[in-house]
Parts: sequence; structure tokens; C-alpha cells
Amino acid sequence: MAVTTVQAGRGTRPAQNLRVDRWWLQPALTAAGLTAFVIYSTWSTFTPHDYFAGATVGRDYLSPFFSPCITNRCGAGTTWHLVNWWPFSAAILMLPFPLMFRGTCYYYRKAYYRSFWFSPPACAVPEPHGKYTGESRFPLLVQNLHRYALYLVIPFPIILLWEAWKGTHMITVSAAGSLVTSRGLGLGTLILFVNALLLLTYTLSCHSCRHLCGGHLNALSKGPTRYWLWKRVSFLNEHHMGLAWVSLVAVGLTDVYVRLVASGAIHDPRFF
Amino acid sequence: MADLETHDFDVIVVGAGGAGLRAAIEAQAQGARTAVICKSLLGKAHTVMAEGGIAASMGNVWSEDNWQVHFRDTMRGGKMLNNWRMAQLHAQEAPDRVLELEEWGALFDRTKEGLISQRDFGGHRYARLAHVGDRTGLEMIRTLQQRAVSQGMAVFMECKVHKLILDEGRVAGALAYWRETGRFVLFRAKAVILATGGIGKAWQVTSNSWEYTGDGHSLALSTGADLIDMEFVQFHPTGMVWPPSVRGILVTESVRGDGGVLRNTDGKRFMFDYIPEVFAAETADSEAEADRWYEDHINNRRPPELLPRDEVARAINSEVKAGRGTEHGGVYLDIASRRSADFIRRRLPSMYHQFKELADVDITATPFEIGPTCHYVMGGVKVDADTAQSTIPGLYAAGEVAGGMHGSNRLGGNSLGDLLVFGRRAGLAAAEYAQGLGAAPQVADSEVDRLTAEALDPFNRTTGENPYSLQYELQDTMHKLVGIIRVRSELEEAIEKVGQLKERAKNVAVEGHRQFNPGWHLALDLESLLTVSEAVARCALLREESRGGHTRDDFPSTSGYWSKINNTIHRDSTGETTITQEPLPEMPDELKALFEEPAK
Amino acid sequence: MTDVSTDSPRSASKGPDMVNMQVWRGDASGGDFKLYEVEYREGEVVLDVIHRIQATQANDLGVRWNCKAGKCGSCSAEINGLPRLMCMTRMSTFEPGQDITVAPMKTFPVMKDLVTDVSFNYEMAKRIPAFQPKPKDADGKRRMAQRDVERSQEFRKCIECFMCQNVCHVIRDHDENKVHFAGPRFLMRIAELEMHPHDTGDRIPLAREELGLPYCNITKCCTEVCPEHIHITDNALIPMKERVVDRYFDPITRLGRAIRRKR
Repeated sequence: MAVTTVQAGRGTRPAQNLRVDRWWLQPALTAAGLTAFVIYSTWSTFTPHDYFAGATVGRDYLSPFFSPCITNRCGAGTTWHLVNWWPFSAAILMLPFPLMFRGTCYYYRKAYYRSFWFSPPACAVPEPHGKYTGESRFPLLVQNLHRYALYLVIPFPIILLWEAWKGTHMITVSAAGSLVTSRGLGLGTLILFVNALLLLTYTLSCHSCRHLCGGHLNALSKGPTRYWLWKRVSFLNEHHMGLAWVSLVAVGLTDVYVRLVASGAIHDPRFF
Repeated sequence: MADLETHDFDVIVVGAGGAGLRAAIEAQAQGARTAVICKSLLGKAHTVMAEGGIAASMGNVWSEDNWQVHFRDTMRGGKMLNNWRMAQLHAQEAPDRVLELEEWGALFDRTKEGLISQRDFGGHRYARLAHVGDRTGLEMIRTLQQRAVSQGMAVFMECKVHKLILDEGRVAGALAYWRETGRFVLFRAKAVILATGGIGKAWQVTSNSWEYTGDGHSLALSTGADLIDMEFVQFHPTGMVWPPSVRGILVTESVRGDGGVLRNTDGKRFMFDYIPEVFAAETADSEAEADRWYEDHINNRRPPELLPRDEVARAINSEVKAGRGTEHGGVYLDIASRRSADFIRRRLPSMYHQFKELADVDITATPFEIGPTCHYVMGGVKVDADTAQSTIPGLYAAGEVAGGMHGSNRLGGNSLGDLLVFGRRAGLAAAEYAQGLGAAPQVADSEVDRLTAEALDPFNRTTGENPYSLQYELQDTMHKLVGIIRVRSELEEAIEKVGQLKERAKNVAVEGHRQFNPGWHLALDLESLLTVSEAVARCALLREESRGGHTRDDFPSTSGYWSKINNTIHRDSTGETTITQEPLPEMPDELKALFEEPAK
Repeated sequence: MTDVSTDSPRSASKGPDMVNMQVWRGDASGGDFKLYEVEYREGEVVLDVIHRIQATQANDLGVRWNCKAGKCGSCSAEINGLPRLMCMTRMSTFEPGQDITVAPMKTFPVMKDLVTDVSFNYEMAKRIPAFQPKPKDADGKRRMAQRDVERSQEFRKCIECFMCQNVCHVIRDHDENKVHFAGPRFLMRIAELEMHPHDTGDRIPLAREELGLPYCNITKCCTEVCPEHIHITDNALIPMKERVVDRYFDPITRLGRAIRRKR
């Protein structure tokens, strides 16, 4: 196809930012929120104790940062004992997958391109770069792999649901001094469930998921099941940004809660 | 003349609305070298405002529908004053034109079977308007625009045709100017298709955009082509008159159907004073009875606010003229004090959102000012039905600028079909004419020089009339005196005033330079506005009856004589304009027979 | 029932207020903001005030507009730095007493005052191959389900105000990208055609290789400024990026397609 010549004329209008509203507020809040999470999750990753609330406090809660735990380093909190030789924090084995998923997520891309790269910092505010190639070449070309991150991360919320189910194990000491396990519901169980559900919803609301469910079809009426799925995922997708934040905060707070219970700082209330 | 930008084409189309684009697509498809010249950017034409749909008897919803029924609806809507052949061609060809749009990428709303959905509209016996939500006009213009682009159409945007040039009584070309630079450009062409739309900007309150200055009507008349039926202008009795951000926008009749009432500035619900004898038996004569009607249609008579359009218009008109209107020339439409906010939002969602968004007017909280708004002109260039050719060889007209199709009143939905059917016919005929023409007509240099000098005249005056003030005065005159309800004395006064404005317009002055200068553009448009205003007022004075879009307070009923007459306007070479009464073309018997079976 | 005469006439209740409008005046050779002190009334929009300046103080003020009802997309400008339609921006949304700046769109070369040369957009439109319909059904009719046309219908709400093109930093801040980036409006046009249930064309390589889809970094300003509230990013651009992934980056869906084709 012949390339049409396009006038590359810069507007003669002055290039300054004319916005008078608080355009900087949103990128600033985003940057603050993301930074806080990165700092906290790093600290948590490299603080590999008290992330499992076990028999000593009468519970069976594993922090989502360390879940599923496949090393022998989690003690009774180990999900599957697959790896013996891992010398570091168990979180390092698992966190890369959610990190990859969120890192290439269409919403988080927008968030960090705006608030960290200033590309652009806000709409109609000049970006401070001389050159821009977007996601057209390496390394940002890698963003196209978001779909693989989705494939890899889909099991996680399901495992977390299972972990939450395990969280219904209430451990008490019998009169004879032995440990007795019974079904029950603690505040921590609820928190684990809510967290797992939020992560599941966020994962399903992903743009790639929406595409794979039915977005790739041109004639949606030809695939009634896929249309049904696509409609539901599209509804979730409209709230992708909200879900991204809520699930991020939830996973952090769940970790905090499990640590507080595990360290004995607070007592986990039991409903029944 | 020496450094004048010049282009040669077989066919040039003036206007890039639905008719213009359809004409150009056809002319080019016939092999004619074709160009479109438009005042605005491509895709911004007034066609985008059309909401309802395209009337076409495809029978997707009602299989009983066919062209004969559509034809009959059209003729009845136009009070039988339509050019029967145009109405026939329109009804016959509209379905094909709609399907063709679909092949070009238009996405109409669908029926359950997957066919183009069709909706009901006033005056149409069956649901037959092909539509896309409430933005059918936009869909049409975008589809045609994209089709034209894919054909590699030459489009001259923001270029205004100033005058047409003839050679021995045939079209030879057009002189235009670029709005951006103010430089002139000459188009040598064998055929010209006018598709310039309407004339609404001659009135103060109008739903039309700034482009609707009657350019095509004026170009045709000044070239010696005839206009017909200029007295027929469609007004809507309830348009917003205030605030300015929504002035002219139509307020649907359902506001009154759902409980809205009209009040004057004394707070009086005045419609009770205007119940004509013929409707007295079916209209409530007390507020109590009228208010009961909304709940109980059987034991109560209808509120007078729901009288026919022209009765409502006449009442509003009388109140305003008696000094009981608002300062902006309207009356109050009040639904806020009569219905809950929830009810209004539920029943009139798009009305509520439109006024809230555009003007911050909350129709659930306060009454709002409404009055008659100018919407459409039925009259226009007299054309041959089959070819859309005017009375000048090589000059064609299609769409709103052409007259005859809609008679004295247009049915909703018939305008978009009109654009497509006659746009295509004009393109076809113009291409054929141009290709059949031996040697190209010649454009005389002296003529071009004279016209350019004339156009630049406003820059030569340091003092003179402000074009904006003149336009304002003209709009005010037309609105007050040649509005929805007309009377001899006011029409005579209007003709005199327009005459004075014409004199003053000769002395108009503009500041600044030629580059994108709206003041200058308006100064040039004034000539068109004044020409069409005069034509409307004079035709309206002559037609001593009330019919369709023409209502005379002093002649309230139809007249047998005028039911067979077109007012035909002609301007001779000396600039003298005459209006003659020509007999309506006679409908063949087989079509007449369609009207003998009673309407159901 | 309230008495209309005592409590309502919204226009008569209040006289005109004055406002300071900083309007950019100039042409291709340069220009600057010029201050106009002008009256405005309740319920007016920025375009009304610009028209008043034009009618009373600067007859030659260049401004593009048509329908004045938010349907044609002609009166795009930058009001207090944000791309807006002048006919859809109510004066009541501004703080009283503050100057209001009205500037031409920055991405396109200025012609005069508020009027810019938007020919970039018309050139890009020419580069997109038109609708290529598949044959009609055997009975000569074309059938498409409503649910199949709805996605493309959303994109066809576009009024071509070009504000998404104007706000997109890919070309707003980088002139050099204008040769290989079509902008949100035209990438959305490709999405519209690609999702059309009866289109047989393939514009995915064009979108990726010539019209700059990978330049989009989904920062969503196009969606934010769209006066028609079209979800340009979520419903057009990201789905197009996903289709590019299908074609170029995902062996699994490629395999799936190959198997389906063989069946």
C-alpha cells in the first residue's frame, strides 16, 4: 500500500500545559499506592516467618504471598511438598507469576506508564520524552505475553480458595492434651475467602480473558455459550481497574492479618 | 485571473450531505470526473442531525407494506401538492437505496430474523423507518463518506461556492473560495449538482446549523433556474427558545402527552382560550377535566395542549404577540410542577438528559421556554422528477434544496430517503449529460474578474453595516413576521423590511483579512439569506389558504384553486424576480386509483 | 401547583455576568492568548460566548462549528487545557471569576485562531480498506443478528471530532509518529471493520505494521475525552491488540485456528 504523505506540522500554539485542575493528583495517588505495595510486599517476601498461623494459635491460615507453598520451609503450612532444596523465602517461588500477570495487565500498564514513566502523566499534559515508540519494540514488546501470564495465574485464586477452605480447620487442645481439629469459621477464614474471590474476579475480568472467552469472534451469535461468557466477563471487565486495586489491597491486608494472628499479636475471633 | 487556482471536472457537486455524497458517488461510478465541494469538513453536514430513520417499504416488519402505500402516505402528508412522479420514484426506489447502504458498511438495527429493523413514525401507515438508534443520519453520512473515500473522490473541503457561471445558457462552472485562505478557486465543469440543503438560518429559532443559508436556492435563482413552493416551511411548535445553548432544539410532543402544560408569563394555562369550534366536543374545557384525562381517557376529554400542531402553534403565537410571552419570544412548558422528577426521568429520558447535558436545564425542576422552531423547507429548485435537472441545462438539484417531493408538508423519515433516491438520480443524469456534451462550455475571464471583485467589495469599506447585525435583524423579522402562523399585514411588512435589509446589505463592511474570516463569509451568505427570505415571504403572501407547512390566520382553510397550483419563482437577467402560478402536474389514473380505497 | 410567574423565569431572574475569556488568536506564523471581557448568561455554553465575542468584539475570530448540539464534532478545542467540544461545555461548570482559556487543538497545525488543519485525519482515513462484504444469503437478503452488530455500532457512534487524535500523546507530543500512527479514531475504524460479522477483509497486518497499533500504550486519554463516551481503549484498541497477539504471538490459538480450518 502506498504511504500517503502526511504533513508532520507541529501546531503553532505554545506547547505548555494549560490545565488548571489538579491533574497531578491521580498519577500521584497511583504512584503512592503502587510504591507502598511494592515496599510492603518486598518486606513481606524477605521476612519469611509468621506467614503461617498454625496449631500454636489454633488456626490453619497461610498468607497469600506464600501460597501455594511447595517447599519444606512452610512447616505445617506447606501446600504440596515438592521442593526440598529451596534455600530462600517460599514467596520468591510463587510471587513472580502474579507479578508477571499484574505487570503486563492492561490496567496496570496504563497506571505505571502514566504515574512512573509520565508517558503521559495526564491527558493533554506534555510528556517529557524526546522519543516514543510505545509497545512496538523490545522490551515493551513483551507486553504481548500478557495472555501467557493469564494462563499461568489462573490456578492461583483456585488454590487460594482451597487454602481458605483449609482455613476452616479450627485447632483446639483437648482435655487430654491432644490437638483436636474441627470445622469452624474464624474472621481469618472469611478474610481468606474474600481475598481469594477478589483475586478470582480480578483475574477473570482481564482483557485477555475477555478476548479468549468470545471477543475473538466476529459473529457472537454463532457461539451462544461463548457469547454468554463474553457478556459476563465484559461486565467484570468494565470494573477491571477497581478490581485491580481492591484485590491488590486485599492481598496485602490478608498478609498483614495472617502475620498478626501468627505472631500472636491479635487473637483471631471465631464465629462458630 | 492569471494566478487563479483552476480545476476541470465533468461534474461538480455542491454540498456533502446525504444527497451530495450520493450524487457524487453515482456520477463517479458512471465514469464522470467528479468533485465534491463543501462548506464544512467532510462528514459534518446537517444530515448528521437526522434521528428518526429512512422511510423505505422493505416490508421487514410488515410484509403488507409496499411502494404504493408509501406513495399514498407521502402524497397525503404533503396534502396532495407533491410532484406525484417524485413521490412515486421515492417510494419505489428507497428500499434499494437502503440496502445499498448496507452493502457499503452501514449497520442498521436488526429484526429478530436478522433483517434491517423498521420503526413506526407519524404519517406512515406501517413501521417502515430503517434506523440506527437515534443517529440514523450520522450512520448515513459516515457510510456515504467512507464509500466516497474508497472511490478516491476529490473533495474540496471548507470551500464555498460563491457563484455559478453559465455559457450560452448552460452550466460552465463555479467560482468558489477557500474558507481557510480566502483565495478564489475556479471549477470548470459541464454539470453542477446543487445539494446544499435548506434555509433555516433565516429564522432566529431553528434546529438547522449555520450552513443552512439557502445557498443552493440562491445560486439556482441567480442563474435563472426556477424555484417552487417556497412558502412551505416546516416549523415545530415546541422548540427550545432559551437558553441559547439549546435554542431551536425540538421538544417532543410527548412532554405534553405526559402531562406538560403551556403557560404564559401570567402563569395562566392559556390553551383553554384557544379551543376551536371543531374540536370543542372532544376537548376538555376546564383544568379539572383536562387533568383527569391522563388517568381516565374514557370519561374525560383531552387537554387542549394536545390539539393539533397548528392549533398549538397559533395559540403560542397569539400569546407572544399579545405581550404575554417571555422576553425570548416563547411561553412556558411546565411539566416540573405537575409530575414527579422520577416520573419525568422515566418517561422522557432522552429529553431529560439532552437538556441537562447541553444547557443544565433540569426539566424536572423548572418550566422551560419553548416556541416555534424552523425545521425544514419543502420548497426549492424546480426539477425534473426523473433526472433532477433544473430548468437550466447542466444544473441539477437534489435533497432539501430541490422542491416538489414533499408537497406542502414532509413526513418524518422521508427526508433521508429523498437524499438517497434523488442524489443518485442527479448523479446519474449529470454524468450522462456531461459525457454527452461535445465541447466543454467556456468560462469567460471577464465574468470571473467581475465576480471576484464583487465578492471582495466588503473589504473596501472602512465603515458600513455589521454583517452579524444584519443577519440578526433578518432572523428577527422572519421569526416574528414569516413564522409558523402568517397573516397578510405581517407578510407585507416583512417584504418591506427584507427589501430594506437588501439595500443595507449592499453596504456591508468587514474587518480583518481574507484568511478564515467568518465575518466576511457571513457577509457573502447574507445575499442567499435575503434571497430566500424574500421568496418565502412573497410566496406566502400569494398563497391565500392554509395547507401543510403554510398556515394563514386570515385564510384558515384549504382552497380548491390553490390545491392545483405551484408558486414558481423566476429571476430574469435584469435581476427582476417574478412569481407565477403554474398548474400542478397531473397524476396518471392508475395512481389516482390508489386514493380511492379508504385509508384504514 | 406552583405559580410559574413568581418562581421560575430562569433568564429574567438574573442579569448577564461578565467573564474573562483568554482566546488564542493567531495563525501558522504564531500567535498568543488575547483577553476578552464578555458577558454570559445562565445556561450558555462556551461556544455561545465565543459567538458573542465574534459578533461584538472580533468579527474575524476563526472558529469551526456546525450543529451546536454535540452531534457533528466540529467545535473541538482545548478549554482550560482539556480537549472539549465548545458546544457541550457549559459556562456554569467553571469557577466564577476565573479566566477561561480557549485554545486550538495542539496536535494539528493552526490555520487561524481556533481553527486547525485536521487533514492528517482525512489522509489516515484513506489508508483503511473499505468494507468487503461476504455474499448475501441465497434469497438475496443479508441477515445479521443484533448482538453481532452491536460492537461495531458502538464505534460508529463516532462523530469524528478528532479529540481522541488530538489528545493521544503518541502524536500530540511526537510529530514524527504522524507518518506511522493512525490514531485512536482510525484504529477504532479498523476494529469496527474487523468485528463486522460480514466483513471478509483482513486489516490486522495493516494495523500492526503500518498504522501503529503497537504504539498505543493504552493510557486511555482517547476514552476520557470522547464526547460520545465510546470505550475506545477497552472495546476497540485492546481487543485489536489481542487479535494481533492471536496472529503473531500466541502459538496455542494459532494451532487452534489451524485445526479448525482443517475440519
